[in-house]
Amino acid sequence: MEIELRNIHKRFGSVHANNDISVVFPAGRITGILGENGAGKSTLMKILSGFQPADRGDVLVDGLSAQFGSPEDAIQQGIGMLQQDPLDIGAFTTLENFVYGRPEKVLPDWHSARSDLEERSAQLGFDLEAETPVERMSIALRQQLEIVRLLALGVNALILDEPTTGISAEQKQTLFAALQQLAHRDGVIILLVSHKLEDVITLCDRVVVLRAGQRIGEEDMPAPGETDPATLNIIKSRLVHLMFGQELGPHERQAVPLEKTVLQLENLYLRDRRLQIEGLNLSLRQGEVIGLAGLDNSGQGLAMRAICGLETVSSGRVLLEDEELTNRSYRHFLNRGVVFGAAGRLEEGLIAGLTLTEHMALVRSERAVLDWPALESYTRESLQHYDVRGQAGDRIEQLSGGNQQRVLMALLPARPRLLILEQPTRGLDVESARWIWQQLLERREGGTAILFSSVELDELVAYSDRILVFYAGRVHEVPDVAATTIDELGYLIGGEFRQE
Amino acid sequence: MRNVSSGPARLAFVLLPVLLSLLLAALLVLAVGREPLEVLQKIWQGAFRNSRSFAGVLNFWIPLTLASVGLFVTFRAGLWNIGIEGQILAGAIFASAGALTFNFPPELAPLQLLLQILLGVLGGMLWAGITGALKIWLGVNEIFGGMALNALAGVWGIYLISGPWYPEGGSAQQSRPFLENALYPALSRDWPVGLLAIVMTAVAMVLVPLIMARTRWGLQLKATGSNPRSALLLGVPTTRVAMSAFLVCGALAGIAGSYRVMFTYGSFRPLVAGGIGFLGLLVVLLSTMKPLWIPLIAFVFSAILAGSTRLRVSLQLDSSLAGVLQGALVLVFILFQGLRQRLELRRNELPRMPHRPPAPPRAA
Repeated sequence: MEIELRNIHKRFGSVHANNDISVVFPAGRITGILGENGAGKSTLMKILSGFQPADRGDVLVDGLSAQFGSPEDAIQQGIGMLQQDPLDIGAFTTLENFVYGRPEKVLPDWHSARSDLEERSAQLGFDLEAETPVERMSIALRQQLEIVRLLALGVNALILDEPTTGISAEQKQTLFAALQQLAHRDGVIILLVSHKLEDVITLCDRVVVLRAGQRIGEEDMPAPGETDPATLNIIKSRLVHLMFGQELGPHERQAVPLEKTVLQLENLYLRDRRLQIEGLNLSLRQGEVIGLAGLDNSGQGLAMRAICGLETVSSGRVLLEDEELTNRSYRHFLNRGVVFGAAGRLEEGLIAGLTLTEHMALVRSERAVLDWPALESYTRESLQHYDVRGQAGDRIEQLSGGNQQRVLMALLPARPRLLILEQPTRGLDVESARWIWQQLLERREGGTAILFSSVELDELVAYSDRILVFYAGRVHEVPDVAATTIDELGYLIGGEFRQE
Repeated sequence: MRNVSSGPARLAFVLLPVLLSLLLAALLVLAVGREPLEVLQKIWQGAFRNSRSFAGVLNFWIPLTLASVGLFVTFRAGLWNIGIEGQILAGAIFASAGALTFNFPPELAPLQLLLQILLGVLGGMLWAGITGALKIWLGVNEIFGGMALNALAGVWGIYLISGPWYPEGGSAQQSRPFLENALYPALSRDWPVGLLAIVMTAVAMVLVPLIMARTRWGLQLKATGSNPRSALLLGVPTTRVAMSAFLVCGALAGIAGSYRVMFTYGSFRPLVAGGIGFLGLLVVLLSTMKPLWIPLIAFVFSAILAGSTRLRVSLQLDSSLAGVLQGALVLVFILFQGLRQRLELRRNELPRMPHRPPAPPRAA
């Protein structure tokens, strides 16, 4: 079997997510699809696996044009995708999930299904037990189940989306050994979607790099077991170049005198479903800007929320100017001038259905009875001041993303002590992004400390006094931001903490 | 304010379901072998043939409107207060406890009345408060908590009339009848309805929407109901707001419950709530959260229910037919609401022209 993608295009609104991508996936090879967030990896794989159609372009299976109306279509033609969150049914057992989705039988043949499952599991070195309910299994085991299930459905091409997120090193070894066996012995096509350099170098035969929706290049990987550090470094450096493009030149940075400590984190332990952060220490001073780097779901979101009472701190202390506020409610933090802004503006931050005036009234009105005319004129002034394209009576969801972000700025208290902002310029055009930063830096000069996360490397390097890199819950501080390069940051984000 | 349908289309969406449900009702009546117009006429007569029958409609309208206004508050906060039935019952039980305990001298009767109403309010608030506490601090969904508390209030009521409030020489269907002091005075012989209760209902139906529209509390309720996470981030004390919505609704339900025992029945019965709370849910759903419609819709429901009690006498039809008619009305209406939302959604998917003039160019 051979799969070919020809001139694939896909647009979402103004974003050209896949721009004329052509690539061939031959049988028996493991191909890595590498790229930073938003490069278009997931879009391409969803097209290939029938979750969404391409706007233009062809998918060819063994030279014949294939049309996938749904994931089932794709599976029937031999292409199966492993989602980041396995799509299994929690209350069912391993065996039940294994059988579920088979099209041909009304009454499943449990006996042969069980021996099929056990045989396949043993062959690949997996430890699946037929009677264990899926909800009690780790992500790694659920992945194993999904792989075995897809293979049993006759799949000849497996797509894995970030499969090493949330599994242990040992489980990763098992997974990689199984994938290598499938490709090199059984001739299965394996596609690994990843942003982790280490993973693609260890596992893949070759790597295709996407950037901003385009196919930028391709590199052959060394044979498995290559350990010569010099060779590996050359490959890494090439991949980083391909992923992130040109380096930024050194930039200007205004020094703001850093004064007393605003926030102090002592030995924080945090945990959510996917990852845990151990022993996070940090102190943040007035007027300081700390950038949190890392790809999505590497722990930045968890850390930022735990710091201001929106997630639970398992152990350790959060101190706001010597006052301990560990695990106090967000309102406690807010009353003390700590404001959190989430990346999903309409999910966390703004309220769809409410007008701009109503938003303003929520945060500004001190009185029990609202003076609507006064609030409306106040809102109008504020909209003008913050250059928002929208009317006071508009509902917030009628505004564009950039204008929503401006409204969020307008809603901030005048002099916050600490701003915790998750991807403050996500989805904004260059002009809006610059405007947001101008606003933030003005507040910083007034003594506000800023903690922000971003997936844009140049944004991090341009505005941060210090940068912390998050990778699968591990945290690493960039030694000297002024001297750092995009390349170096790229390595760190990919989990290569070798510059220490 | 919204970009809903244009005038005529909008009117059609109000009138069509009414016509359709009338048609459906007519078919139902034909199916049981009666003249639809005759049935309608009898219901109308049952409701409005004289002042006493009209007072009967009002006696149903008072608790129904109070409960509906209360539910408007909880709906606004995004809460499904199914427990309203139990809150009405708890209000009735507390008010009855007062009625069976106190016996103030005649000149202090108004004071006793107020005290009993206050007890009813307390009972309703207590029941609603438990639901709220379960929801907020223990994460029990208010629908399940409410159902459980409905059942609990029902069992408690049955225990009371078969135990402590068992009437001497009577049957365990109701408590001892209340004394004169413990009852709402009727407006007059021809108008057997509690004036004070009408006043309280009128105040509630005007004041509550006004508070919702004009106060910070009302806005906070709306914010919490629309998106609790964002509301929290914008500094709304969301748990306090949700709790207060429960308590306000419980208080109004408590007044409703107290009126049922202190006027309609003059004694406590386990079935005093009589589905009024559930009916209130329908009233608010039909009003599409436009509070001015609540008293009107409640009035139509009350007229149908009160009027249909005569069907048995005049046409040998069971009065539960009214319930069927009402069900048909609600079903058709909700169906049309869903239809309308779908149509609007489809329209919004198409590229839309901006409704306001383009903003002036921004200075660089």
